[in-house]
Amino acid sequence: MLNLSPNLADPDGCYDLLIAAHEGLSKEESDALNARLILILMNHLGDKALFAEALEAAKSAG
Amino acid sequence: MNAPFRDRYSLAFTLYPYAKVPAQDAAPLRHPVVIVGGGPVGLGIALDLGLKGTPALVLDDHEGAGLGSKAICFSKRTLDIARRLGASGPMVDKGVVWSKGRVFYGDGQLFQFDLLPEEGHRHPAFINLQQPYFEKFLVERIEAAQAEGAPIEIRGRNRVSAIERFEDHTRVEIETPNGPYAVEADYLIACDGARSPIRDMMGLDFEGRVFEDNFLIADVHMKADFPTERWFWFEPPFKNSGQSALLHKQPDDIWRIDFQLGWDIDRELELEPERIRARVDAMLSSQTGAVPDYELHWTSIYTFQCRRMENFRHGRVFFAGDSAHQVSPFGARGANSGMQDAENLAWKLHAVLSGEAPETLLDSYHDERSHGADENILNSSRATDFMTPKSEQSTIFRNAVLDLANKHAFARPLVNSGRLSVPCSYEGMDLFGPDELDGPAVTAPGRACVDAPVGNGYLLDHLTGFTLVSIGTEAETSMAQVHIADPSPELRARYLGEAGQAIYLIRPDQHVVARWPAFDAAEVASAMKKALGKC
Repeated sequence: MLNLSPNLADPDGCYDLLIAAHEGLSKEESDALNARLILILMNHLGDKALFAEALEAAKSAG
Repeated sequence: MNAPFRDRYSLAFTLYPYAKVPAQDAAPLRHPVVIVGGGPVGLGIALDLGLKGTPALVLDDHEGAGLGSKAICFSKRTLDIARRLGASGPMVDKGVVWSKGRVFYGDGQLFQFDLLPEEGHRHPAFINLQQPYFEKFLVERIEAAQAEGAPIEIRGRNRVSAIERFEDHTRVEIETPNGPYAVEADYLIACDGARSPIRDMMGLDFEGRVFEDNFLIADVHMKADFPTERWFWFEPPFKNSGQSALLHKQPDDIWRIDFQLGWDIDRELELEPERIRARVDAMLSSQTGAVPDYELHWTSIYTFQCRRMENFRHGRVFFAGDSAHQVSPFGARGANSGMQDAENLAWKLHAVLSGEAPETLLDSYHDERSHGADENILNSSRATDFMTPKSEQSTIFRNAVLDLANKHAFARPLVNSGRLSVPCSYEGMDLFGPDELDGPAVTAPGRACVDAPVGNGYLLDHLTGFTLVSIGTEAETSMAQVHIADPSPELRARYLGEAGQAIYLIRPDQHVVARWPAFDAAEVASAMKKALGKC
């Protein structure tokens, strides 16, 4: 089951990393970076059902 | 003699020249099975039926195999079927066996792969062979079978001009160089290709139109010392080469080159030899810097759509192969799935015509093979979506996968240049079960039997009709039985797993019907009834 409770020891630090990674990138470069990142995380998650849950959670919050 | 025929294509081999038959001057004769179209599927059904003793008449509007490579990649399952029909020897001898490939993205190589062959199978995973050879070897096998009395007949230059359907037969009007005549068919099988005239005559069409694209195909004769590998480019760097490109070796120093050109193209312009040569030059020189000597052997623009008929059976008329379903060329799912249609329909027609099974068994042809077609269409659509992304986001993700694949192994399985054909599984469908053995998934009921060494040969050599395979135990039965007292390690791994012994019931098309840990006559009888559609 997908963990949607707080799970990060350093939430501010992690968020910072994400924003910093996009600094100075064009929209196109940012989109590409996000896509690579999602693919890497999808693989690390390693579970189609969990990934589907994550997609659902993302969709329903928008 | 007038000539009502304009050939739609020229021939690679003349195989069944027109010869007038007495039936042309007589009242229409009734045939159990009439097959329209002498391609791989029609020939396969005719051969299978004839070897079982059911008469088959093939009508083809040409006199042999059309020029051009068309289908080039034949899978292990197809070779297994051809072996059962006694036709695989020359195919394997002539074919090019390959297992290695490279995938390129623009200028760079992403990765190489090797479909490492698994030990203990008679046939390799794939051979490359031009379709005309495949047809020629089937016809030669049919001629050998005819000489031994198999009731098969092929009539060249017999073009079906109309059909009329009755409750218990179909009347088939035929045009020949000597004028028209008619035959009657208990069952008619349309193996007349993607543009099936029979389908049109019946006012039927495909449903869905998942994907459309044009491919420029060039067969190039070249003696250059290129490796026997499948080379695939995403966004090829050579000029005007479209969205993807494929290079693949065939027998006779022929190389098959495919360029994916997109939907909106000028066909005549794209077929100009100069324009084709410019593309081929750029591709062949891209890895070595020099253009090797070559000749254009055959070129064509191939349009495909990913779709199928809603029903493969319409009463006494069946559709098989491209007439029933079409997929993209990537994945080798066209001719290979057609051969699975052929063997699926052949044994069922034989069983019904010989009174072993009720007529309703024939409905399972549509159930099973439309399932196979859906699987192929799904795989094919996924591959084409990857090769030709349909939206901005889809392009972004596709390119992200390709960028990652160069550095990280995890992304390579996501790269989709076509998922190569695997045998269709009918797991969970009506005619199968039970599965009482805690056995390997790869041989569960519904699956096509996996080959394995038995004695000095292979398991599949022994599976031609309904057969019991008893491993480490014996069945007291009058049925055909393959008894294996001492299984090879491969057979043990594929058919027993952790189990000590097993009984498998196998259909004539070599699919597993059911399996048990021990023989029980009543259980086997009940599974047989189910397999023949009797309950």
